Amino acid sequence: MAAPVIATGLTLLVGSLLFAVLGYDPLATLQAFFIAPLNSLNGLSEWLLKASPLILIACGLAVGFRANVWNIGAEGQLIIGAIAACGVGLFYPDPDSILLLPLMFFAGAIAGMAWAAIPAFLRARMNTNEILVTLMLTYIATLLLSWLVHGPWRDPAGFNYPQTALLSAAAMFEPFDYAYRLNASVFITVVAVFLMWLFTDRSFLGYKMSVSGAAPLAARYAGFRESAAVWTGLLAGGAAAGIAGMAEVSGPLGQLSPQISPGYGFAAIIVAFIGRLNAFGIVLGGLLMSLLFLGGEAVQMNLGLSAALTRIFQGILLFFLLAADFFIFYRLRRIPEHA
Amino acid sequence: MPPRLELRNITKSYPGIIANDDISMSIMPGEIHAVLGENGAGKSTLMKIIYGAAQADSGEIFCDGKPVAAHTPATSRALGIEMVYQHFALFESVTVVENIALAVSSTFDLDALARQITELSNRYGMPIDPHRRVHDLSVGERQRVEIVRCLLQAPKLLILDEPTSVLTPQAVVKLFETLRQLASEGCSIVYISHKLDEVQELCDTATVLRNGKVTGTARPKESTSAQLARMMVGAELPEMHVSPSVPSDKPVLEVRGLTAPARDQYGVELKNVSFEVRGGEIVGLAGVSGNGQAELISLLSGERTHPNALAIQIDGKAAAHLNASERRKLGMAFVPEERLGRGAVPPHALWQNAVLTAHRAGLVRNGLVDRKQASSFAAGIIERFKVKANGPQSIAQSLSGGNLQKFIVGREIALEPKLFLVAQPTWGVDVGAAAFIRQTIVDLSRSGAAVLVISEELDELFEICDRLLVICQGQVSPPLIRTKTNREEIGLLMTRVDRGNGSNGRAEVAIQD
Amino acid sequence: MDLFIAIFTGTIIAATPLIFAALGELVVEKSGVLNLGIEGMMLMGAAFAFWAVIAGLPMPVAILAGALGGAAASLLFGVLALTFLTNQYAAGLALAIFGSGVSAFLGRNFGSAPIDALKKIYIPYLSDIPVVGPMLFRFDPMVYFAIVMFFVISWFLYRTKGGLVLRTIGESPETAHAIGYPVIRIRYLAVLFGGLMAGLAGAYLSVAYTPLWVENMTAGKGWISLALVVFATWRPLRVLLGAWLFGGMTILQLQGQALGIAVPSELLSALPYLATIIVLVIISQNRQMLALHFPASLAKPFRPAT
Repeated sequence: MAAPVIATGLTLLVGSLLFAVLGYDPLATLQAFFIAPLNSLNGLSEWLLKASPLILIACGLAVGFRANVWNIGAEGQLIIGAIAACGVGLFYPDPDSILLLPLMFFAGAIAGMAWAAIPAFLRARMNTNEILVTLMLTYIATLLLSWLVHGPWRDPAGFNYPQTALLSAAAMFEPFDYAYRLNASVFITVVAVFLMWLFTDRSFLGYKMSVSGAAPLAARYAGFRESAAVWTGLLAGGAAAGIAGMAEVSGPLGQLSPQISPGYGFAAIIVAFIGRLNAFGIVLGGLLMSLLFLGGEAVQMNLGLSAALTRIFQGILLFFLLAADFFIFYRLRRIPEHA
Repeated sequence: MPPRLELRNITKSYPGIIANDDISMSIMPGEIHAVLGENGAGKSTLMKIIYGAAQADSGEIFCDGKPVAAHTPATSRALGIEMVYQHFALFESVTVVENIALAVSSTFDLDALARQITELSNRYGMPIDPHRRVHDLSVGERQRVEIVRCLLQAPKLLILDEPTSVLTPQAVVKLFETLRQLASEGCSIVYISHKLDEVQELCDTATVLRNGKVTGTARPKESTSAQLARMMVGAELPEMHVSPSVPSDKPVLEVRGLTAPARDQYGVELKNVSFEVRGGEIVGLAGVSGNGQAELISLLSGERTHPNALAIQIDGKAAAHLNASERRKLGMAFVPEERLGRGAVPPHALWQNAVLTAHRAGLVRNGLVDRKQASSFAAGIIERFKVKANGPQSIAQSLSGGNLQKFIVGREIALEPKLFLVAQPTWGVDVGAAAFIRQTIVDLSRSGAAVLVISEELDELFEICDRLLVICQGQVSPPLIRTKTNREEIGLLMTRVDRGNGSNGRAEVAIQD
Repeated sequence: MDLFIAIFTGTIIAATPLIFAALGELVVEKSGVLNLGIEGMMLMGAAFAFWAVIAGLPMPVAILAGALGGAAASLLFGVLALTFLTNQYAAGLALAIFGSGVSAFLGRNFGSAPIDALKKIYIPYLSDIPVVGPMLFRFDPMVYFAIVMFFVISWFLYRTKGGLVLRTIGESPETAHAIGYPVIRIRYLAVLFGGLMAGLAGAYLSVAYTPLWVENMTAGKGWISLALVVFATWRPLRVLLGAWLFGGMTILQLQGQALGIAVPSELLSALPYLATIIVLVIISQNRQMLALHFPASLAKPFRPAT
């Protein structure tokens, strides 16, 4: 686990240089970016609230990444999950039913899986690259959401704002404390982390997927079906992202608008890598990434710096992580050449 | 006259292994000099050092009496040193002339170069068409391209690394004629091999390597095979025990009219392949590589399936439509040619690699991998097959090729298969381990298993097989009884052609071999 | 007729950034390297060029700045993928995210005002020919430059020794190294060239196509360019045809919106993405054709043995 720590350290170093170049006191800015946001209960609540979808999605994606199934369209699956969940929440006949939340949960999961099933089918049956398909579907999902909130699902009482009506209380996760936004949906993430660990570290299916990822010819040699790895990998990511989308509408959002995710689906890819595609690493990676989001917002509000800094830090962190991998692992991996 | 090439005290080590230890040798102009040694003796490393593709840790190289400094393949070529690799340095997707243009540093005039190639290749009796794509060429033709590429540079020293391992006996004769002609024109030749008979036939002098050290020099034409072998191996080889086979009444593997299209544009089409393997016997499949072996083995192993279920039957059950896992349920086990990445997962530990095919042997319970069982299973193989590894936790890619092969063979045999398929069982394995693996295969068959061995080493097939098949251009010959055939007959079948079909590109390929 | 001419010229213009980016990526992939970060490089190019224009620099300098921005971004990928041998998928994604962040950061003060777009040039005499003139001879210089680049790249890849070296490195870097070619250096050059071209594509978007700054203004064109290379089965001419096809799709959809077709504009906007998927599926069916010009070493890390 040395590489992520080194990468984080180097990212902070480059970050302070960047702040210095921009004319800000590096230490004070780092403090404002990485420490100040956690100085209050509200800050901690927001930290976990943002970490939760990141970790949840990264767990799902990592299942596929381990098998070289490159689902980079979790953002789209999240959006579709949110749309489906919100649809159930808005149109279910009894808005106070205790069944509502579970129904929305399944709607989100199934919709996310259905959206991911398209690239899964196309790759498993039609030999089509899933990277491009998942991405294209993300753009389509974004446009679909935009159409819904501008058109058929727009709240008639919403002063023409492009957003749906607010969900009923029964369609929402209750916060632990009404002063803060953190809610019970974090337990979904906790369960997901455990399931992910069980799957990847202990299960035979997880083993087969790691063989598919590390050596596709060995998987074929052993008779493990490639299509099973493709389906499992994409559906796991789709389900996780769909549930994350549901947890967003049923949590902090309470309704749909054109922008429902600050890029959780993309950031989760980085989280999965920082976490070395391993359950507990992903938890740490998710907490770090969530802090980057919070810090970006904080320096934007307090120092007038752009929130785009978050994405720059995300990119730099991933760059350093990949580079650190080289220095730490490559020498060990090198095979002595025999004569 | 100074030697064409002189090596003084060359030493080269890689992590964990000294590949070359204080090696000295010299080669005169026009001399054909053998570097003789078993797999892993350090021959290839030494050649890379001579050619500049690898740098020695210490020692000196002199060419025509002058020290060679800052040695790279480019400086070698400037000195007139050329090398024909064992695995050819050719690009499949482009033509012969383009391949050669990449290696010769002249102007980019493909037409002039093509004329030169035609002229030169005819002069040395190995005609090639410069405008054909390399992937359409046979292995023998590819070797010619390599040699012609070297000859275009008018080399003073030509290095050939195991040049005959892919050739038919007939093609070897032709190659030797060309090499003798070259030597008579003053070109020195370094001939790397582990085949005693060839070295005795061709070479003037020999340097023998073992474990990276020079164990002797000899004049092969004046030495006996036994003398050379002792220098090479160091000890007498264990003797094989091949008891007579008692084949079962019913075939365990039955292939009937198997026809399959090529997998890709580089592949070979299989045409109406039929044969059977009975319990208790070993059947060998001989052939020059690239004649459909890869296609046949992937169809037999289930890595590729076939719609006609009855085309392959295992233990009397239709199996051609089944994948590898389903065929293993019928009692099949398989050792592929590639160890890393196919027979084993490179970054996985040995216990994880045990699970790869042995998961049915109690290593998986309730959908979860039983790590303890897997570890003890792997430990059992390591012990029984004398795999040099630090226990079940060792990473597959940290093992040497021979040790990993022992582990894979051990894993597959531990499954007690009824049908055992094995491709190139002893490739890159040291002599002792190779003998052990062959004996293990023989013992497995004598305990009742049906064994199919696919190998390019005729010696190996003649040593252990009861019956032999030959594959050529996707067609498989009728079986030959090992004791009633010989290398010449097999060699002819390896290049058999339908001479009435001269317009077919691949048919011409084989005629030229 | 006017509508036809509008659609035709619109198509050519909309295809131009795709041609730059996809031809650049084609060269990169031909060398055996997969750079998924086109979107990031294009955004860098767009931001740099836009910044140069509002800084008062002349248009050619601004476009050059865009190209250099893309190349600088590609260098980050090159170091990771070629020197550090990281997973090329991950390195490309990192570049896509990083480029989007840096461009957004650079663009925070760009404001929302449009700039003076790159001028169209009316080629003397030719542009006056009825129909053909307005269709072919009234574009800005970048449109012609994209076509020139198509010819240059086709010639380089298939008619020069350099192109032969590049293609064979893409087939087998091990072999190329064995016969003495500096594989890593050549791949770096290819990656840098890809970055320059993506930078040009981005510059075209921000100073010619829609001459104003919008965050993430590429809107997936980088990813579509990637798909185009697959669609083209690694042949330059098919890249060109594919880019026109997608350009046409974009324009038809815009025309549809303008004509008030009774389909919501968002769903029309989704058409190019949907078309990309459909085309990919169709192309993927023909494995033989995909394999024929496919760089066999694509996305596999290579390090020369010592």
